[in-house]
Amino acid sequence: MSKTAHVDITVNGERHSRDVEARTLLVGFLREHLGLTGAHVGCDTTNCGACIVHVDGESVKSCTLLAAQCDGAEVTTVEGLARNGELHPLQQGFWDHHGLQCGYCTPGMIMAAADLLQRNPDPSEDEIREGLEGNLCRCTGYHNIVKAVQAAAGQEVRA
Amino acid sequence: MSTGNGSNGWVGQAIRRKEDPPLIKGQGEYTDDMYLPGMLHAAIVRSPEASATITNIDKSEAEAHPGVVAVFTSEDMAHDFLGPLGTVWAPPGVEMHDPGQWPLAKGEVKHVGQAVAVVVAHDRGTAIDAAELVLVDYDTRPAVVDPEQALEDGSPLVHESFGTNRTHDWSVGGGDVDAAIAEADVVVERRIVNHRTSGAPIEPRCSLAEAQGDGVTLYSSTQVPHIARFVLSGVLGMSEDKIRVVAPDVGGGFGSKLQVYGEEALILGLARRLGRPVKWTETRSEHMATSHHGRDQVSYVTFAATREGKVTAIKLHTICDLGAYFGLLTPFTPELGFPVGNGCYDVPNVDLRFTGVFTNKFETDAIRGAGRPEIMHWGEVMMDQLADELEMDPVELRRRNFIPADAFPFETPLGIVYDSGNYQGTLDMLLDHVDMDSFRREQAGLREQGIYRGIGLSTYVEVCGLAPSRAVGPQGVGLQAAFWESAMVRVHPSGSATVYTGTSPHGQGHETGFAQIAADRLGIDPENVDVLHGDTDQGPFGWDTYGSRTLAVGGESVGRAAEKVQEKAKKVCAALLEAAPEDIELAAGKYQVRGSPDKSMTMGEIAGAAHIPPNELPADIEPGLEETSFYDPENFVFPFGAHACVVDVDVETGKVDVVRWVAVDDCGPAINPALIDGQIHGGVTHGIGQALYEQIVYDEEGQLVTGSFVDYALPTAAEVPMFETDRTETPSPVNRLGVKGVGEAGTIAATPAVVNAVTDALKPLGVTFMNMPLTPMRVLEHIQGGARPTEQGREIDTHGQGTAGSGPARTEEGGGLR
Repeated sequence: MSKTAHVDITVNGERHSRDVEARTLLVGFLREHLGLTGAHVGCDTTNCGACIVHVDGESVKSCTLLAAQCDGAEVTTVEGLARNGELHPLQQGFWDHHGLQCGYCTPGMIMAAADLLQRNPDPSEDEIREGLEGNLCRCTGYHNIVKAVQAAAGQEVRA
Repeated sequence: MSTGNGSNGWVGQAIRRKEDPPLIKGQGEYTDDMYLPGMLHAAIVRSPEASATITNIDKSEAEAHPGVVAVFTSEDMAHDFLGPLGTVWAPPGVEMHDPGQWPLAKGEVKHVGQAVAVVVAHDRGTAIDAAELVLVDYDTRPAVVDPEQALEDGSPLVHESFGTNRTHDWSVGGGDVDAAIAEADVVVERRIVNHRTSGAPIEPRCSLAEAQGDGVTLYSSTQVPHIARFVLSGVLGMSEDKIRVVAPDVGGGFGSKLQVYGEEALILGLARRLGRPVKWTETRSEHMATSHHGRDQVSYVTFAATREGKVTAIKLHTICDLGAYFGLLTPFTPELGFPVGNGCYDVPNVDLRFTGVFTNKFETDAIRGAGRPEIMHWGEVMMDQLADELEMDPVELRRRNFIPADAFPFETPLGIVYDSGNYQGTLDMLLDHVDMDSFRREQAGLREQGIYRGIGLSTYVEVCGLAPSRAVGPQGVGLQAAFWESAMVRVHPSGSATVYTGTSPHGQGHETGFAQIAADRLGIDPENVDVLHGDTDQGPFGWDTYGSRTLAVGGESVGRAAEKVQEKAKKVCAALLEAAPEDIELAAGKYQVRGSPDKSMTMGEIAGAAHIPPNELPADIEPGLEETSFYDPENFVFPFGAHACVVDVDVETGKVDVVRWVAVDDCGPAINPALIDGQIHGGVTHGIGQALYEQIVYDEEGQLVTGSFVDYALPTAAEVPMFETDRTETPSPVNRLGVKGVGEAGTIAATPAVVNAVTDALKPLGVTFMNMPLTPMRVLEHIQGGARPTEQGREIDTHGQGTAGSGPARTEEGGGLR
């Protein structure tokens, strides 16, 4: 039978100490063990980015990482972005600029964009597009996603 | 009755979506986000063979695997399903072979991925592990994957019992096409391939079922909860009142969830059998193999014209690769575009023929546009091919053939009445944005620097707004269904409202757009209008969301129900203000006596009186404030527009970059312009994906080559530009809102614009015609192959890859003209 692993992971500031099946993916740990279903699974092959969360401040595809690899890590998910009831600037940008339609890719897209802005607070349009290349969206054609990120970066957004 | 927009003018505003706050916080509820107490997980054992007899299934090892609850084959579930799934299309007078499709294979498999057995376990990982322990013996047979080869004598038969791979023939025509071709100055013939694609929503399909008493509930990532209940009641042999189907948040559909899948019947059957909730979530590889595909048609097209550029005839024969079994609309999907067979053009002679073919592949069915992208693709590519033959500017050729704006309503030779249009108007606006003369100068300058830039146009018309039931129903085209839409508007005692719609969204923004429509008619704020959908236990029966029908049918129905409420509100108001109902007007959110604005009531006050009637309210006014509308339009609606695509082609690598896109669309008066733009952005990107990157490929044995997003390339943010969008607004006379649909328009417009642009870019290198997808390899082949021989405009097809839209690659040039 499958082996178990003990993990001690802090998610959105809350510490969780669990025994999980050793093969449990981080996304499975978040969704099934903690009930945090914001990170989604879209492809199983690390292509779509719907599962992106931050581990120790960096964006990772949580479908390609074992929970056991995150033992001792600090994880932030889309559920942990808003502070004191205030939307994160990216959440606000996506809402203001119609940056989502079905919303399935949105949590991963927002987390990837947050990482991008952390590394490059004033990206060009090309840098935004290249920075989000690891996230697939089938609804929006990316146009309004780019605008949402520009707005979150405090840039002027053309109509 | 014309209560129109009421007063507040919410309609037309680009307000932010009501849907978004939970979705941006990770609080959406998609089917796979749901965990029910005691829930079990299913995994499906699928065929690795494209054509085989099942000689033995040994499930003993899987059954013994720790954590496994049950393993079932078709035999084990023989009494769970009354009948198979199949198509709802039964065209009068047409012989149609529908093999029927059971949730689990009965003795034979006809395509890779066909469900053979199901394993149910305590967790998903265990179910998937145990599924690999089910040992199935197959006696394989030769498969056929190319639809044209499948029609040849001696081809392996997908279904031996039919004695042929031909599923059906269907045709429609008007005028005398053959005479027009014989008399024409110029005849251009092409073989145009529209290859197989995947819908590929980012949310894979998921179904979760639970049994309660003698009833069942199915939560499913579906576009069609009402149709699913209707169909599943027959498959399971349960009355509809015992089945509840819920579509929670649905992560995109693009047609791939406009289906009632075997897995949905299977999961419901398992929940009934086992008395516990059962969930199944598709892997992406399962999606690529067994969520229905789209397109996959080979079209032989003939355009006849005068030397002056007047198109006199269009003749089409399309070979449609339908796969091994039928989904709801499989055989009808190619024909679905027939009403716009003559495009934006006044062409007196049109003849369209379709031949359906079985192959050992998964079924094709409706994917974004469903039939119209294929028709507009060959139509708009042919306009450029004809322009080239005539040595005429493609813009000028289109101008000479447009149905004039003053000719609407316009009856086409196919007996279809286009409701309204101004095709010259959208093209003129497009040319305001794109100065063709300066583009040509820029293009010439860039070519001197070795940069091959091209521009391609597409002037499209599409047909949407399914309805009208009489035209497409059993006695019309032959769909065994109706296509009206329902809405119920309930105003609560405090004056807020709930709208129930029979449509079922998966990203479009119904909750916002419908709230705007209702708010104007009720005289309240859209903030106070809640829109509910996607639950067969809530609100009246409906016909769901597909085919860009939601606004033109469902939105109109919301408007009509809200207008009925407004009429009643006026009666209540009139009685309390001692005025005549016809003297009450709704203005600036108040119901007031015409000419005496000081005498007025808010909807809140009226709703309070309607629910807790004061003595002043006459007894003949029923209490409550709630109305229902069932709306069945008298005609389709016909959105249209003009798109321009600019590409740069790297002639060393064959790589195509889309550097500019301009879209001018007309879907009637805007309800919410932001939602329209969003649909165009996404729709165009879907079309760019098909034109340049995406293709479902099977090899010669029927093995699926493109089984994941590693092999099936969706466009990313880095592959598309910012889109320039503009609109004209030509109201439809069909509905009171004047609206048409826009969900598929971008996709319908896009592929020919890309192909025409790449062809334009490569013209100096002698390339004159190409088939999609324009991958670097395909483009390089054309560049290296150069021009093909032509004979009186009868150019030999130079497609480089297979005769099938999804067939194996071939090194030799494909077949010529027939």
